[in-house]
Amino acid sequence: MMSVKQLSVFIENRPGRLSAVTGVLGDAGINIRAISTADTKDFGILRLIVDDPDKAVKALKENDCVVTSTNVLAVIADDTPGGMAGMMKVLYNDNISVEYMYSAFLNPSDVTACLILRVENAENAVEALEEAGYKLLTEEELAKI
Amino acid sequence: MEKIYWNKEIETMEHEDMKKLQSERLVKQVRHVWDNVPYYRRLMEEKGVTPDDIKGIEDLHKLPFLSKADLREGYPYGLLAVPLSECVRIQSTSGTTGKRVVAFYTQHDIDLWEDCCARAITAAGGTNEDVCQVCYGYGLFTGGPGLNGGSHKVGCLTLPMSSGNTERQIQFMMDLKSTILCCTPSYAAYIGETLHEMGYTPDDIHLKAGIFGAEPWTEEMRQEIERLLGIKAYDIYGLTETSGPGVAFECEAQTGMHINEDNFIAEIIDPDTGEVLPEGSKGELVFTSITKEAFPLLRYRTRDICVLTREKCSCGRTLVKMTKPMGRSDDMLIIKGVNVFPSQIETVLLKDFNATPNYQIVVDRAGNVDTFEIKVEISDEMFDDTIKSVEQLEKKLSADIVQILGIRAKISLVEPKSIPRSEGKAVRVIDRRKLV
Repeated sequence: MMSVKQLSVFIENRPGRLSAVTGVLGDAGINIRAISTADTKDFGILRLIVDDPDKAVKALKENDCVVTSTNVLAVIADDTPGGMAGMMKVLYNDNISVEYMYSAFLNPSDVTACLILRVENAENAVEALEEAGYKLLTEEELAKI
Repeated sequence: MEKIYWNKEIETMEHEDMKKLQSERLVKQVRHVWDNVPYYRRLMEEKGVTPDDIKGIEDLHKLPFLSKADLREGYPYGLLAVPLSECVRIQSTSGTTGKRVVAFYTQHDIDLWEDCCARAITAAGGTNEDVCQVCYGYGLFTGGPGLNGGSHKVGCLTLPMSSGNTERQIQFMMDLKSTILCCTPSYAAYIGETLHEMGYTPDDIHLKAGIFGAEPWTEEMRQEIERLLGIKAYDIYGLTETSGPGVAFECEAQTGMHINEDNFIAEIIDPDTGEVLPEGSKGELVFTSITKEAFPLLRYRTRDICVLTREKCSCGRTLVKMTKPMGRSDDMLIIKGVNVFPSQIETVLLKDFNATPNYQIVVDRAGNVDTFEIKVEISDEMFDDTIKSVEQLEKKLSADIVQILGIRAKISLVEPKSIPRSEGKAVRVIDRRKLV
């Protein structure tokens, strides 16, 4: 399966929490490759792609964080006008809903961007994207970039 | 002349005469219970007491205690002392699923209960010239039915509003010139605030007095309600197990509530040892119903902590006075007038998560209304990657809490170990309301 592991951490909306959680990862020598926050009035979810997910989960749990891992897609798109639109169109044409997405810090080259996607039906999405010529990263590839 | 006592003979009876009356009634009641309530008879036998040992009020301490646990164990008919055919009414505590207690009444019991409420209304200045608006809940809760009945006895024009729909309450209050308001103190304060928000002042209404109970309230809250509504606010005390509101009521002196001693013998005990404490001591209040036919509880432990005083009252009543309850000898909380046990919240959490996560109940008072929050430490099992799933969890918990308690709580999912621990255990209850 062409997917990568994403960590989601439950975070209360109060000062210092983001600092504490990212601090735990830093202390454990984990490099963050992509990050996004989803927030509500009372809490937020911090979503992360890291270079060593298993080690990150261990460090977070040892520090009493609630963390869960989810498989998401890491897709390489052209970093040009219309690059994003093209990818979305492929998914739309196959009737695949995107639950959320965000961009990653890692970048295989100057003319591409890497997007992290959580979709409703991952298998169909992978098939549709690959058929349209998009490159999806595996866990190993991602770690190497 | 305005009637100042509903039953002058009883309310101003010399203490020695009252003791004689209580003794006679107690002896008769113990016999009635022994003959008709096998549950209590067994408790007496275990303690080696028979009705012959109870010759008067001085022997009361020999009788075993009853607690809510006994009522639950005996649910529903275990403490009933008359055939069901003689009962005409059932009421129930505001506690809920698993904790519910039902009480039975004969017509005579209802008459005596309503009579107690009539004394309270009269002490608050009520006569047949008054319009009495009852916004306690009606139904299984004793508040509405009790004050409604008392109001009828006094001959007030009675408005059985029940609670809620505050603007309509105020509309009726103005149109029908209500003079006495009966409800929980927090609802009275809310009505007062709403009145002002609607652009009115106390001059626009005709209220002169309010009879407020079913939840703890402070002297400051009394002054606030009196100011907001332009009335004199009276406290009233009672519990479903012994009848309902009217077990004790406040007079114009507003320095404690007179206990209707012709119906209830009050004792103060040490909650740990059960030892009876001398008058003036602070301890747990215990009631013995000496006139009830259907559900006559002997030495029922209320779990309310208070002090009894028998000083001469300026109102002329000789009935012993109890202070406002100063706390509880168990972990029960009264939130928005509803009895809440932490164990009930645990039941919900256990049901929804198959485990009991750490949680904390935070009760506060914003303005004059209780706020009720339950913090629950989220665990890996409860957490899924999406906001939607966390919000669904909060919604489900919230709905289950309403179903069990009958009141809404704000549910806050918090991070693990964020609830302060005391000796390794999460602190379960934070009550910031300063009620005493």
